Amino acid sequence: MSSIPHPVLKATGLTVAFPGHIALNAVDFRMFPGEVHALLGENGAGKSTLIKALTGVVRPDGGTVVLGGEAVRFSGPADAQRAGIATVYQEIDLLPNLSIAENVMLGREPRRRGSIDWKATRSLAREALGRLGLDELNVTSLLGHHSLAVQQLVAIARAVAMDARVLVLDEPASSLDNDEVTELFRVVRSLAAHGVAILFVSHFLEHVYELADRLTVLRDGRLIGEYLPAELLRIDLVKKMVGRTVSDFEALREQAQATTTEEEEPAATPLIAARRLGRKHAIDSFDLDVAEGELIGVAGLLGSGRTGLARVLSGVDAADTGSIAVSGGARRLRTPRRGIRYGIVYSSENRRLGGIVDDLTVRENIALALQAQRGWWRPISRKRQAELAQSYLEMLDVRPADAEAIAGTLSGGNQQKVMLARLLALAPRLLILDEPTRGVDIGAKFDVQKLVANLVANGMSVVFISAELDEVLRIAQRILVLREHRVVADLPNDALTMEDLLAVIAYGADPDDDDTGLPGSTGIIGT
Amino acid sequence: MKRLLRHRLFWPIVALVLLIALNTASRPSFLSITINDGALYGSLVDILRNSAQLMLVAVGMMLVIATRGIDLSVGAVLAVSGAVTLTWIAGSSSPGSIETVATAIALGLGVTLILGLWNGFLVSVVGIQPIIATLVLMFAGRGVAMLITQGQITTITSAPYTFIASGHLLGLPFALYISVLVVLVVSLLVRRTALGMLIESVGINPEASRLAGVRSRGIIWGVYAVSGLLAGGAGILYSSNIMAADANNAGLNIELDAILAVVIGGTSLMGGKFSISGTVIGVLILQTLTSTITFLGIPPAVTPVFKAVVVIVVCLLQSRRVRELILRRRKVSRPSPVEPLEAVMSR
Amino acid sequence: MSAPTTSLTGTRAAVFVSAVRSRTASWASVLATVGMLVLMLAIGQAAFGDFITPRLISSLFLNNSFLIVLAVGMTFVILTGGIDLSVGSVIAFSGLLGAQLLAHGWPSIVVIPLMILSGTVIGAITGVMVAFFEIQPFIASLAGMFLARGLAYVVSLKSLPISDGGVDWLIATQFTVGQWSVTPGVILALLFVACAFWVLHYTRFGRTVYAIGGNAQSARLMGLSVTRTTFIVYLISGTCAGVAGLIFASYTGSGNPLAGLGMELDAIAAVVIGGTILTGGSGYVLGSLCGVLVYGLIQITITYMSIDSWWTYIVIGALLLIFVVFQRLLGARRRA
Repeated sequence: MSSIPHPVLKATGLTVAFPGHIALNAVDFRMFPGEVHALLGENGAGKSTLIKALTGVVRPDGGTVVLGGEAVRFSGPADAQRAGIATVYQEIDLLPNLSIAENVMLGREPRRRGSIDWKATRSLAREALGRLGLDELNVTSLLGHHSLAVQQLVAIARAVAMDARVLVLDEPASSLDNDEVTELFRVVRSLAAHGVAILFVSHFLEHVYELADRLTVLRDGRLIGEYLPAELLRIDLVKKMVGRTVSDFEALREQAQATTTEEEEPAATPLIAARRLGRKHAIDSFDLDVAEGELIGVAGLLGSGRTGLARVLSGVDAADTGSIAVSGGARRLRTPRRGIRYGIVYSSENRRLGGIVDDLTVRENIALALQAQRGWWRPISRKRQAELAQSYLEMLDVRPADAEAIAGTLSGGNQQKVMLARLLALAPRLLILDEPTRGVDIGAKFDVQKLVANLVANGMSVVFISAELDEVLRIAQRILVLREHRVVADLPNDALTMEDLLAVIAYGADPDDDDTGLPGSTGIIGT
Repeated sequence: MKRLLRHRLFWPIVALVLLIALNTASRPSFLSITINDGALYGSLVDILRNSAQLMLVAVGMMLVIATRGIDLSVGAVLAVSGAVTLTWIAGSSSPGSIETVATAIALGLGVTLILGLWNGFLVSVVGIQPIIATLVLMFAGRGVAMLITQGQITTITSAPYTFIASGHLLGLPFALYISVLVVLVVSLLVRRTALGMLIESVGINPEASRLAGVRSRGIIWGVYAVSGLLAGGAGILYSSNIMAADANNAGLNIELDAILAVVIGGTSLMGGKFSISGTVIGVLILQTLTSTITFLGIPPAVTPVFKAVVVIVVCLLQSRRVRELILRRRKVSRPSPVEPLEAVMSR
Repeated sequence: MSAPTTSLTGTRAAVFVSAVRSRTASWASVLATVGMLVLMLAIGQAAFGDFITPRLISSLFLNNSFLIVLAVGMTFVILTGGIDLSVGSVIAFSGLLGAQLLAHGWPSIVVIPLMILSGTVIGAITGVMVAFFEIQPFIASLAGMFLARGLAYVVSLKSLPISDGGVDWLIATQFTVGQWSVTPGVILALLFVACAFWVLHYTRFGRTVYAIGGNAQSARLMGLSVTRTTFIVYLISGTCAGVAGLIFASYTGSGNPLAGLGMELDAIAAVVIGGTILTGGSGYVLGSLCGVLVYGLIQITITYMSIDSWWTYIVIGALLLIFVVFQRLLGARRRA
């Protein structure tokens, strides 16, 4: 396929500068018809900026874009779409208040004598969805009533209906479960087979190697190189993205396992004893004991009840059934505030919605929970806040360590660290981390893992949820496996392998089948 | 110099100074203050005295806006407070006694506190959007005020009550003391405790605040209660000024003036960071503007045109679009160094 | 993976249920308004006898024709998630401008378009601020409101009578069939409702209005012209207010600087009672028409019951509360 001479899209020397910051520095990029081209890089590498420059959201400050042999310069997303570049964004994209048919056809509805011809609109939408094998969807139903996966496929159908030559998929698989990912990949492949050039962004290397015909790696706004997946080992790809060796991570695993072996005798009373704890539509009732200084990993696919478990355990959502005892005493945890009072804190998987208070300073963000706990009439002095913030910024290696920076301007990894600092300032006994390493660059990921290992070594209990199984395997002492809102296994992490874990996730606690061929979810440092 | 220019109170202060300069130029006596019977008189004193009503309402409004809310009902609440207080005094056998006046004021403030709590209940417990939740009381409140006064304009004679708006204490108008006291108390309350930070946090990111253990519900409920109470105070000032309860016209459009003052003062309607000093300046700008128009011999009825100009200018100065034009930024997106796409889409 | 689509879309039955739910959910608020209208008429009929008469229905439309036009414009704005506070003041400005020009001897054929245009201009100013300068609609239209009210006073400090045939014709002319009667003003108002319905449901512009209310950022990324549409929406609202000013001037036979005081709130209340959600993206202009009729019926009922007029405010407030809580419950269920 690499022998096709003419790229459908060719960008040369693309440069985008923001005030005080060059987001994209003279990057070359090309796409061929019928190819899936994966774009890789850490956060801040310039992936989003490159996409925005190609799709007309941002006007490049330098460089050229040639589409189908003609130099183009888009005035906006609409312009790019007319030229045949369609984009499916990771999160907000379509309009939940309108019907599926409209979401597919909006802006291009066929008209008859000045009026929208609804019948023709619906049939065109059906046709586009049909091409993706989604014949069963009712096109008159509101988009908002469908799952995220369907919404994403509808977004792709919109691109199909536009006869897009270039389709940009920005992390399309990040919120889908495995079946949905399989379905998405089938659709993407069939589009590629029809000659569409597809730009694909994903944090999951499994996905990339499964789907991509070509890879481009960016780092710090610069082009590192363009490769064919068959010619680039995974380990080398990671090195190119990170510039850090994998042995750093190996050290961590050893440390985690060392702590496992140290703490052999279990404490008399567990720190937390949950009995038949559950909440409708979130997590079926489960029992769980957490000992002091224990690091429990939670593995399972998205939608398996990971977040439900964390939220019920921390009191963020009230449990419908069951009870929790903290150090032997029965407690009712119905709000995050009560959880905090008993030393149980929860770090949300959604940094933007449930984590960072963007317009406040880093200092205020860090002091927030402690202040809320003390009550508004007992303020923490500004000086004390600054000391608090500074000590955590140093401990968590946030660079630059500016406590007066506005939190919203920080990178994802640094925001995650600030969230952690806020919770650590409460001196919790149980720290529940819901995907603390999602969407952060590998350096920050490593820092967070190291920190968690240290906290546990110092006697704090941690429940660590991650979509990346190898991460859980690397650091946890015990692993809970969730499946369809149920805790299906509670495994000590001594001789556990990735294969074992995948088997439990796929088939439940007693696998009698050796086939573990699940796609995806093994994360960045696969095999 | 650059930092000074970028300070968010820079333009509001410039506007205020310009207004005062304009007044002084057209009538030099504007700045003069005379002493008569041991009390200070003059245009500036009048502005300070007359701004007391708006000051109370605007300070309450600012707190509500900081939590991402809005309180449209303040005008109606103001009318209710006047109606309750004056109806009580009018019905009393000794309207001139301090006790009667004190009871009446306590009653008026009590009722408005309840109305504020009602707004807070709808917003924080029932979860209705603030603009609608307070719209309910904006309608019903005026009806209730008319119900209390039976559609009449209740007038009274009561020396202690007159004193509130028109009296002098140590040479300065008593209303000014109320206004300063409210600003001081609220400032101390929000800046000397952690309340201000918690209010801002709730306004910027309610869910994150909840997870951090902030009592968002209590805080939101509280700011509406305070807003109601302060509107009630303004109602007492208003009715004391005209010594009548006018359910139809009391506090008409004051919600808009208050919102305007808050916005001029640099607090965004999107909630979050708020500035008390900004709000105070905003109120003074509006009040000076009103006085200016009178001084310049323009019919006061035309005042709205000038307010419109102020709104437009202030908003344009605060507008990102205009700033970008001035700074000749060509970028379509918000200048955010990291994760620009996410940042733009999250707005 | 044998039937991947099943795992995504559920069974046919589920699809059907979701479709039915979508439809009912978006129409439920409007149906509630219609139900309320019918109920009020029924109660009125039961309580006073002889309540539902052609006369009453006719006067319901006649007395509220300007509010219908205002509500039509406001529906557009609210559907985009915006708000237009300027419309009440525009009524005063437009009416007074007309009265003043007529008093100076201008012919009504020139004056009437100018009256409507005065609203368009105010709408354009608000629209520019909202659409191009991204100023919050509340504040931008507040500026429009101050401007229009102030300009009304600039035109004249006191009320001016209108005795022009052209303007009077809108209300004074009555087409009567039996006891039913209708004025050109009412026909004009209903024409606006019909046009708005067509525009909102059968043009790309109309669908863009809904799209913006759903999520302006998404609409922009989907290549829709958000800025232009937002601007036009305020233009429409301003123009509607200009027309409402014309009808109101004809209705009162004068231009008055105090006209339309607080009428923006009446329009907003009618639209909300009509089932349009203030955050935008969901609602129907026919609902707004019903909202106005409910509003008018409350006033008539209160007159019939000969109780004090301030009860109107209290009842409207209570009604708003009921509807808002209802929508809130509906929204909560939809999210579940």
